[in-house]
Amino acid sequence: MEMIEIIAGKFNYWIYISLMMIGFYAMIAKGNLIKKIVGLNIFQTAVFLFYISIAVVEGSTAPILLSRAHGALTPETVIYTNPIPHVLILTAIVVGVSVTAVALALAIKIYRAYGTLDEYKIAKMEQEAE
Amino acid sequence: MEAIHSPLPVYVLAVSLIAAGLIRLSKDRPNLREFWTIGAALVKFSLVLMMLPHVLAGQTFSYHLVTVFPGLDIAFRVDPLGIFFALTASLLWIITSFYSIGYVRALDEHAQTRYFTAFAVTLSATMGVAFSANLFTSFIFYEIITLCTFPLVAHKETPEAIRGARRYLIYLLGTSIAFQLPAIFLTYTTAGTLDFAAGGIMAGKGPDTLITIIFILFMAGIAKAALMPFHSWLPAAMVAPTPVSALLHAVAVVKTGVFMILRVLLDVFGVDLLGDLGLGTALAYAASFTIIVSSVIALRQDNLKARLAYSTVSQLSYVILGAALLTPAAVTGGVMHIVLHAFGKITLFFTAGAIYVAAHKTNISELDGIGRSMPFTMTAFTIGALSMIGIPPLGGFLSKWYIILGAVEAGEFPILLVLVASTILNACYFLPIVYAAFFKPPQVAAPARSNPGHGHEEEHHVYWPWKKIGLREAPILMVAALTFTALGTILLFFTPSGFLALARMIAGG
Amino acid sequence: MNLHFPVLVILIPLFGALLTFFTGLLRRTWAWHIAAYATFLCFAISMDLLLSVHATGRISYWLGGWAPPWGIEYVVDYLSSYILVVISFISLMIAVFAGPYVKKQIGTERELTFFVLYLLLITGLLGMVITGDIFNVYVFLEIASLSGYALVAVGKKRGAVVASYNYLILGTVGAVFVLLGIGHLYMATGTLNMADLRERLPELYHSRVVLTAFVFFVIGFGLKFALFPLHTWLLSAHSLAPSAISAILAAAVLKVNLYALMRVMFTVFTPTFVYEVVPITEILFVIAPIAILVSSVMALAQTNIKRMLAYSSIGQIGYIVLGLALANETALTGSLLHMLNHALMKGGLFLLAGVIIYQTDRYHITDWKGLGKTMPLTMLAFTIYGLSMVGIPLTAGFVSKWYLAIGALEAGRWYFIPVILVSSLLTAVYFWRIIEWGYFHEPDDPEDAQDRCHVPWAMMIPILVMAFLLLFFGVAAFIPEGPARQAAIMLLGVQ
Repeated sequence: MEMIEIIAGKFNYWIYISLMMIGFYAMIAKGNLIKKIVGLNIFQTAVFLFYISIAVVEGSTAPILLSRAHGALTPETVIYTNPIPHVLILTAIVVGVSVTAVALALAIKIYRAYGTLDEYKIAKMEQEAE
Repeated sequence: MEAIHSPLPVYVLAVSLIAAGLIRLSKDRPNLREFWTIGAALVKFSLVLMMLPHVLAGQTFSYHLVTVFPGLDIAFRVDPLGIFFALTASLLWIITSFYSIGYVRALDEHAQTRYFTAFAVTLSATMGVAFSANLFTSFIFYEIITLCTFPLVAHKETPEAIRGARRYLIYLLGTSIAFQLPAIFLTYTTAGTLDFAAGGIMAGKGPDTLITIIFILFMAGIAKAALMPFHSWLPAAMVAPTPVSALLHAVAVVKTGVFMILRVLLDVFGVDLLGDLGLGTALAYAASFTIIVSSVIALRQDNLKARLAYSTVSQLSYVILGAALLTPAAVTGGVMHIVLHAFGKITLFFTAGAIYVAAHKTNISELDGIGRSMPFTMTAFTIGALSMIGIPPLGGFLSKWYIILGAVEAGEFPILLVLVASTILNACYFLPIVYAAFFKPPQVAAPARSNPGHGHEEEHHVYWPWKKIGLREAPILMVAALTFTALGTILLFFTPSGFLALARMIAGG
Repeated sequence: MNLHFPVLVILIPLFGALLTFFTGLLRRTWAWHIAAYATFLCFAISMDLLLSVHATGRISYWLGGWAPPWGIEYVVDYLSSYILVVISFISLMIAVFAGPYVKKQIGTERELTFFVLYLLLITGLLGMVITGDIFNVYVFLEIASLSGYALVAVGKKRGAVVASYNYLILGTVGAVFVLLGIGHLYMATGTLNMADLRERLPELYHSRVVLTAFVFFVIGFGLKFALFPLHTWLLSAHSLAPSAISAILAAAVLKVNLYALMRVMFTVFTPTFVYEVVPITEILFVIAPIAILVSSVMALAQTNIKRMLAYSSIGQIGYIVLGLALANETALTGSLLHMLNHALMKGGLFLLAGVIIYQTDRYHITDWKGLGKTMPLTMLAFTIYGLSMVGIPLTAGFVSKWYLAIGALEAGRWYFIPVILVSSLLTAVYFWRIIEWGYFHEPDDPEDAQDRCHVPWAMMIPILVMAFLLLFFGVAAFIPEGPARQAAIMLLGVQ
């Protein structure tokens, strides 16, 4: 019983942790630089998901103020989800996009300089140059 | 003790620092450059002399320069022990400067400006150690001496010189950072202060084991005193030009070491505390070990400077022994040995240099009959040697006498045996040189003659004015210097008054 | 003292970057000037803030007039004002240095990019220091990091791009962990303001969420300041980046990230938490000495000067972390002093390496023989920096080591003193050999013994100023000691 509670009650944690680990695995284990960037993105997205998931309030609606005209009960009794994590994640998404952009730009530069995107081959080339 | 607040101690230091700058600026005018060295030496000595009467009357000079941060100050204090050392060092610097000039010009050495600059800064730092009021200040100047003497030891820039200099640095810097620095840390946290105080600052401040550990760290950390097994830097530093060896191994570096040991014994730990913990006796036996073993090693050296180096190691431990016996007479003897050994050993090193410059010989086995062609030099050598052995009417007898008295006073009879044995050993490694120089026929200088083409190039330059007399002595400046110091050893036997008075004050106070 | 100084210190480099970009399109040479003036203004403002804080106490600035905990608050207290001065000063020095350096070593076509990114980096760093809102830390962290990644890659060396990529990957992992930490804290308390968090956390100290948050912070920031064993990116990044960038990375970026962790540890989570609830100090007591000793040994084996300095940096970070873990006022003062001293020393050393590489293109110290004759001023400065790294008294390096050692003794952990001393001795070996080769050996290649080199004054002046400061702070150590001690007391105390 408790097991189910732990899994079902905190499924957002399980999802974010698994996604994060998948992303992390990709970043470390894959040799191709682009795949690493993909992994990085998965990693970051997992965290974004987590943040959004903690913003949820039971029985809530989107955090946009409703006026009486829309047939709401008194505005004061409406429950909204927590907008702060949403805002934070907007920032974090922008950051994530910038990071991806920089990473891809670096990957292009690396490709032009080395002719390959394989991490191991590049390391070997660097070692030979030493 | 009345303390006079005066920046005089700082001026003493500053004189040769300013001179160092001037020396650097006059690099293209050798005579002007040498003028700065001599001038600074004379001014420094006069300033120290000015303070002497006050100190003899029981006053001290003190000056606080700066508080680096709360708890650590750079401060100076001139007391009997400090001025004793300062007098010895500054007086001998004057003489060594003349000798240096003669030496570097005769050999046309390279990098003379660097040489004289480093000398000036080293003497400044030596005065700094002499006049330190606390462990931090003395540590600063102790390290500066190590760093500034490196260019002097490595002067020749040959691979052996650099190797020797590296060894020198490793031993001195290594022991000071590995041992002296933690000793200072522990002293600070145990005693709460780093200031020197007559009678010590550690009494009752911590458990006996801690104090013993700090004591051992200090003894290991002051490797400049060449207590075994931290003595190897001394023979390694023989790659330096002889005036460097003379000043370093008679005056600046080694005496800084024994001076610091005395300071630590008297003004950090205190005679009473050391006696209670038995540390004095332990140190006395360590010093005795060094005395005997290094004398034995000296016997086996053929290189003259190497023999003198090991002799120095041995003689330094006399000072340590005197201090470690903890009785007034012994301490007096130890302190007196600082100046007596300085004069004697510097004479010996001067003669070694003179022999090198005039006859290009470095090994004792080559010195047969050299007394005929270099009588002044070898007479001075004999005087220096007799002083080291401790025969009246030469100065070295005085300090040995006091140490023997002290050993009897302390009831340490094995130490008496050590003193007797070392005297015999000293005779064994010095007298044969004297005998060979005067009483053996000169060796035929075969290798030079067998190459007719190189004949007159190998012909050693005969210096003025010896040519007229038919001698092949060293340049006049060098001979004058060594004559001075040799006479000094004799003089100190007859009139040790100033020094002896100070030594008695140190031992009593 | 202007009321808006706290925010100006961020806005000036930010708009400076924008200004540099546009004016640089017109006249490229202005980029350097604007960067230098902007950093100078930041430094002046920081000094003013430091003096104000010591006169009147903690300054709290509400961004946009919104009151915390809903608004973002900028806090200038003893610690942040001290670090602000250190960072702005070192960024000024490096900005001045960078002018002629960038022209030659990076190329005039990238000069504009360099200075724009540099100013953005400074914005990020100063922002991280001054902010009192924990998410704001993340924002500025990313601004600084991204500029940093790009700057590492902007040089001509081919390997720099790979180093930058690796730095990016690991750095982003670190930043994301920080973000996770922030998220967990928010989840537990509902606030992002540091002072507010400090009040709400104590009752939650034993909750798993809060503990997890702390761990994420330690690892996240640890990756960013190269805490052993999370240091691997630093070696390539610092050695392959252009020297001016290695300097700012080692001197400023590492320090700011360490500062951020300090803030989290002491201001958000109180000392009680750090020292009693979580046994983080036990771990640090193992990590720090290993970092110190292993890095010193590895540095010995390097012939590439920048790699040697990079290893050395890891050890120096170990010193600061050790002071942090020792938990008393003396040790923490030592850590804070070491942040200043190491910034000066390592910054200066990387700049020196830059000067030598600029003039002679020689990376390997074995090729530096005889440099004492051709570049005497450079070698003299190097000697001063080297002596300070070893910790010879009369240099600033001695002062911080003293405080750390006495702090260790006061905490009863005397066994750290041999660690400090052994690493000092090893440092002496790897620095002294360079000094010896420079002054006492002839160059291997006879034709290298040329006449004196003429280095652009803009490059030499920062180096000489910092060398002078090392000696000055070695003697007049009470000047930085005062603010550092106040900051330490504040961190450990009730504030």
